[in-house]
Amino acid sequence: MRQGAIDLEDVTLVFGSGANAVVALENLSLHVEPGELLAILGPSGCGKSSLVSTIAGFHPPHGGSLLVDGAVVSRPGSDRGVVFQQPTLFPWKSVRENVDFGLRLRKVQRRERRAILEEILHKVGLSEFTSHYPTQLSGGMQQRVGLARVLVNRPRVMLMDEPFGSLDAQTRLQMQELLLDVWNEFRMTILFVTHDIDEAIFLGSRVAMLTRRPGRLKTIIDVALRRPRSLDVLVSPEFMLLKRNCMALLREETVGTDRNQEIRPRLEASRQQPRVGEP
Amino acid sequence: MTTRGEHRARVTAIPSVVLPSVEANLDSSSIAVSRTATTGDNHEALSRAFPLSTSRRGFTFLRRALVRILALAVFVALWQAASTSKARFVVNFAFVPPPTAVALAALEFVQSPKAPQHVISSVRRVLIGFALAAAVAIPLGLAIGRSRLVADIVMTPLEVLRPIPGVAWIPLAILMFPTPEQSMIFICLIGALFPILLSTIHGVENLDRRLVYAAQTLGARNWHIFTEVIFPGALPSIVTGLTIGMGISWFLVVTAEMISGRFGVGYFTWEAYTLQNYADIVVGMLVIGILGMGSSLLVRFLGGRLMPWHRHLVHAR
Repeated sequence: MRQGAIDLEDVTLVFGSGANAVVALENLSLHVEPGELLAILGPSGCGKSSLVSTIAGFHPPHGGSLLVDGAVVSRPGSDRGVVFQQPTLFPWKSVRENVDFGLRLRKVQRRERRAILEEILHKVGLSEFTSHYPTQLSGGMQQRVGLARVLVNRPRVMLMDEPFGSLDAQTRLQMQELLLDVWNEFRMTILFVTHDIDEAIFLGSRVAMLTRRPGRLKTIIDVALRRPRSLDVLVSPEFMLLKRNCMALLREETVGTDRNQEIRPRLEASRQQPRVGEP
Repeated sequence: MTTRGEHRARVTAIPSVVLPSVEANLDSSSIAVSRTATTGDNHEALSRAFPLSTSRRGFTFLRRALVRILALAVFVALWQAASTSKARFVVNFAFVPPPTAVALAALEFVQSPKAPQHVISSVRRVLIGFALAAAVAIPLGLAIGRSRLVADIVMTPLEVLRPIPGVAWIPLAILMFPTPEQSMIFICLIGALFPILLSTIHGVENLDRRLVYAAQTLGARNWHIFTEVIFPGALPSIVTGLTIGMGISWFLVVTAEMISGRFGVGYFTWEAYTLQNYADIVVGMLVIGILGMGSSLLVRFLGGRLMPWHRHLVHAR
């Protein structure tokens, strides 16, 4: 059985110290189901990326507990793959070598490696570019390599930090469809951080909305759109309603004034009980 | 002298007039084709659609090669004129051998049995000193770049030693080593050490930390991060340091040989001065120049082989 449950309980993360200290996350509690595709949405600078780097193991939390499948996260590991905002491929490795990296570290047999590489590279549409170097690829293709090199490790959790943020609109849509395809096949837990409401709703089974810094969980919105989702979903009435709700919630955080009185009645329908009380 | 100068000026002037006109001919032929079909602005679009790129590129290459050869010829001719006329303004050309004399001396040098001995002993000193410097500086630089403790231990003495020019080490080196051979190799080592070391440290420190993070999330631990990320990431900078270090090694071996050598191109050059074989001085200088250039090219070539991704990077520009 595939796992990948993530449990955050009162997680606090502080960067810097003394007068320069910045509280990125404060008492953030969140439960991510195994095999779920959870989108994380929040105003810019709310600590979305900090959340990813904490779960990845780069910055251990200063308070609270962070468990992946019941085990405390203390350092980075290949069970939690990360697709970064920038592709961060190894410039000195070809596409094939970049993707092969994880397999070689796990000492997978050469023949098996070749089969896995062929399969994954085909899946992300890079079969023709295996011997290219990253600098020879477009941004979208670089991000495909970034995805492929995580997939070969078959991680239980895949953390994605605005991976399609710097791509043009067309490419982004292609990549989103590719991601849904991949998720449908691998069924790992995916935490997808974005500031794009459309992207969050199109991809997510649920959308977790964070407050402005210090980041806490504001609310979780269920996305009851049928899967498999195609791009047609983007213009459906259900999608529009969800989008309107998300926009209203996000505006509360970016504007900074509490407009709950006005919005709340309309939101109740699509809204779950938040795990952490709102201010 | 003035007539010669004028003549030369004409020689150089002619090709520069001829060459563009040939190019213009090529251009007009392509225009002629396009104009039969269309008129006016379409010409540009057409020549873009059917570029003369390969022949044009070959042509500009040829033209540039010609310009380079001509420039060299002009330089040699001026030198010849200055030394045969014993020109004297600020610089005294009375004792400077003309290119013709140098050419004869060079021919003699190439045929002499001592030539390979001079060249081999210089090359040997440089290569050994340089290799030892690289073997010390690269691992040390990687360690300093990665570990604050190592940096704290070794950086202070290194900062004091670094500004001391390699030439200043010569007296002490002679005292420190039993044979002049060893002291000369040591001098080469000292000269190449610091550029390689500093470039390596710089390369490690400038490495994008996100690449290390990426490697960690893919399952890499310390050793693999070092060999697969830190080292290749710092390699372009290391190769730059090696190229500079090679140049300084040559600079120092020549100086050291003038002081304590028994063979070597530096020794040959100095001996030529003391024996008043002035043409041989220039021969020695040219040999040094060629050897230095050759070894720099070799380092760059090997660096390029080690970094195929860099070649593509240059290509993309």
